[in-house]
Amino acid sequence: MTLLRHLAVAAVAGVALFFATYQLDPFRNYQLATAAAYLCAVAGLTVLVGQSGQLSLGHGALMAVGAYTVALLQNAYGTTGPWMLAVSLAAGALATTLVGAVIGLAAARLRGPYLAGVTLAVAVTVPAIATTFDEVFNGDQGLPVYVDPPPAALGRFFPNERWQAWLALAAALVTMVLLANLVRSRFGRTLRAVRDDEVAASLAGISVARVQVLAFVVSAACAGLGGGLLAVLAFSVSPSAFSLTLSLFLILAIVVGGLGSLAGAVWGSLLLVLLPQVTESVTDQLTLSPAVAQRLQGNLPLAIFGLTLIVVMIATPGGLQGLIRRGARALARAARGLATSLNRRKVGT
Amino acid sequence: MTALLTVDGLVAGYNGVPVLDDVALTVPPASIVAVLGANGAGKTTLLRTVSGLIRPTAGRIVFDGHDLRDVPVERLVRLGIAHVPEGRGVVAELTVEENLRLGGLWRRDRADVRRAIAEVYDLFPPLAARRGHAGHQLSGGERQMLALGRALVARPRLLLLDEPSLGLAPRVTAQIMALLGELRDRTGLAVLLVEQNVRGALSVADRGVVMSLGRVVVATDAASLRADEDLRHAYLGF
Amino acid sequence: MERFVFLTFDGLSKGAVYAAFALALVLIWRGTRIVNFAQGAMAVVTAYAAYSVTAASGSYWAGFAAALLGGLLLGALIERGVMRFVEQAPHLNAVTVGLGLVLLLQGVLGMIYGNEYRPFAAPVGQEALTVGGMPLVSPFDLFVFGTVLAVMVLLALLFTRTATGLRMRAAAFAPEVSRLLGVDVNATLTLGWALAAAVGALAGMLVIPTGLGLHPTAMDLVFVTAFTAAVVGGLDSPAGAVVGGLAVGLVLSYVSGYIGSDVTPLAVLALLLVVLLVRPGGLFAGVRARRV
Repeated sequence: MTLLRHLAVAAVAGVALFFATYQLDPFRNYQLATAAAYLCAVAGLTVLVGQSGQLSLGHGALMAVGAYTVALLQNAYGTTGPWMLAVSLAAGALATTLVGAVIGLAAARLRGPYLAGVTLAVAVTVPAIATTFDEVFNGDQGLPVYVDPPPAALGRFFPNERWQAWLALAAALVTMVLLANLVRSRFGRTLRAVRDDEVAASLAGISVARVQVLAFVVSAACAGLGGGLLAVLAFSVSPSAFSLTLSLFLILAIVVGGLGSLAGAVWGSLLLVLLPQVTESVTDQLTLSPAVAQRLQGNLPLAIFGLTLIVVMIATPGGLQGLIRRGARALARAARGLATSLNRRKVGT
Repeated sequence: MTALLTVDGLVAGYNGVPVLDDVALTVPPASIVAVLGANGAGKTTLLRTVSGLIRPTAGRIVFDGHDLRDVPVERLVRLGIAHVPEGRGVVAELTVEENLRLGGLWRRDRADVRRAIAEVYDLFPPLAARRGHAGHQLSGGERQMLALGRALVARPRLLLLDEPSLGLAPRVTAQIMALLGELRDRTGLAVLLVEQNVRGALSVADRGVVMSLGRVVVATDAASLRADEDLRHAYLGF
Repeated sequence: MERFVFLTFDGLSKGAVYAAFALALVLIWRGTRIVNFAQGAMAVVTAYAAYSVTAASGSYWAGFAAALLGGLLLGALIERGVMRFVEQAPHLNAVTVGLGLVLLLQGVLGMIYGNEYRPFAAPVGQEALTVGGMPLVSPFDLFVFGTVLAVMVLLALLFTRTATGLRMRAAAFAPEVSRLLGVDVNATLTLGWALAAAVGALAGMLVIPTGLGLHPTAMDLVFVTAFTAAVVGGLDSPAGAVVGGLAVGLVLSYVSGYIGSDVTPLAVLALLLVVLLVRPGGLFAGVRARRV
């Protein structure tokens, strides 16, 4: 049964990651946590874009909804008990689900560039809400986020980063299992049917609009969870952390990883975390004046991300996962060819 | 007399699916060669390969001494080949006048282009009456006239014509066939005519080529084709 | 009343810019069925070029010319060098490539010029002239109206009266047939992108002086607004783009004037949603055939 298989994979991964967090230094654990947070959102987005064929350029804004919800709840009730964090994260996901439902309903009749344009408008304008209602959201400065320290049972010197990694990884694993089941389920097949041929699907009795809205809602919930986790990891939220650029980075992650592929979502999330670090170390190697270094700092990763997106889209639209699959097929063919030729030798032809 | 168009050993297809399998034919100057056969025989693919929309995987296409395989599609009309594709290809959003002008845009002799357009209006009075109308406002017969007229504005030496009779009333079809014969006699135009309407095509053609499953099964003069009953039964359905 | 008149002219002035930008988007859409998501970033690149040329030469008009020429060049380069590879692919690919270009161009601009907001000069005053005691239009507004009108007239003439325009329209409507008629369809595509980029560059030159200043992201909101305008008009309709641009400009001006400028981004979103809910193909879209 698929569910058991997915749970087994998740369990194995979970155990492996658990031990890994003991081997990694705090900074790496923090990176792992961040990647896991991104993974929630990226996985949801890749299902939306790759499996249901709807392009959303606004998932960064949806992450913001989750993040701010968590921020407000944590600041108000964060000390109420050890389970409060889970409640906040769940509430963040729920709030985002509602927003996602509204957008999804509005967008259900839209196709192609019209859908992209609406979600783009969401990405650009939703952060502006923080400035408009700045009594609640504190405008551009953002809000701090209160988070309980790791539970006392773990010991007084338990590194915060490891705790963060555990939280984020647990959330990511749950999300991945749920999405994997969804993709394999009848609903997943329905999604792909709608993606591939709307007219045929609707003739087969599928309610196209309902399916698309559901897909949007599911991906929004994932984005909300991811955003909430980012708020917890950073101990703060601000509009600039959830700008259009974030939405575009999410697109980059799903494209490079491979549209529609959950394994690809993992690659994409790792890329989002590691690429800025790689570019930073590259610029550190070059001795540059502080002014130039400052200019490069935010912008070089941006430029490299953009270039990567262009190159991947042109050269390997199937992303990394597509390359891996093609590589695996090529290997399999080669192996078969080798086996056949060995066989022939044995028979003595 | 050297042929105007020579096709030899042509192999072509789509995405690795072969459609043409070793096709050979010739079109002499000032003649009409009818290409006949059932649906799926490869007739349209043949025309599209000659005009360069499909690249052949093997074989030769020689027009008036030029090897067409090296010629990009856009340059074909300069050599003197006009292709009226399946479905006519009238640009529905443009007017009759604009469609005709489009046929002669590549030519430098603007005065001759204007003369050619005037001749087309003489040839097809219904077009003259509707020169400001958009393509989508024309009837099927008028669209065929427009597509033909547009091809003629280029003053081609070889016309590749794909199923002109499709969707047209018998009387209009007969008119078009007669017109082709007249153009051949008057201006020396050569025509490679793909048709499902066998009687109509053979009524004006000089030679007939019958295709089946991507190959040429018969190539002979039109009179023999009209006379040979067994052949007609076997490949042409009557 | 005074306020209303002032807001109306201000809205029309901004609307003219949106109309021009929307027209550029429609141009490319009609030719290639691609929405150029990088149009805004390209306009910022040309604006920076103008900035540098003006700074070096001391002449606004030298910079202005540099922006327009740079637009032609940039549009051609991007079409030949990048978009060509995704023109036949699914639309998602072209959108993604456009977004990648946005990141790339904004990153490169940030690296060259830094992320401070730079003041961007206008050639004429931006203070409204008073007529009978009422502040009406500024010389800059008149400049905007004049240039946008001139561009539209030129484009209309190009498309309806010239051989090149006929080729471009034919290539957009029926690319295969056009090739058979001797039209170099690839060249018309490149020309279309070059023209659209030049128009976008003009729009950038007209709108950046009225905002916070020159910055790599200066055109992001303009792009979204102009896209809204194009969608409101219906992506296939140049006339729709113009009407949509003016309408959006007016609506935003009234919202900003009577409610508050913070709300304008939300107003854009609301307008977009409302229009698309009622007419998913835009206001000027032809009736869509029932697909089932």
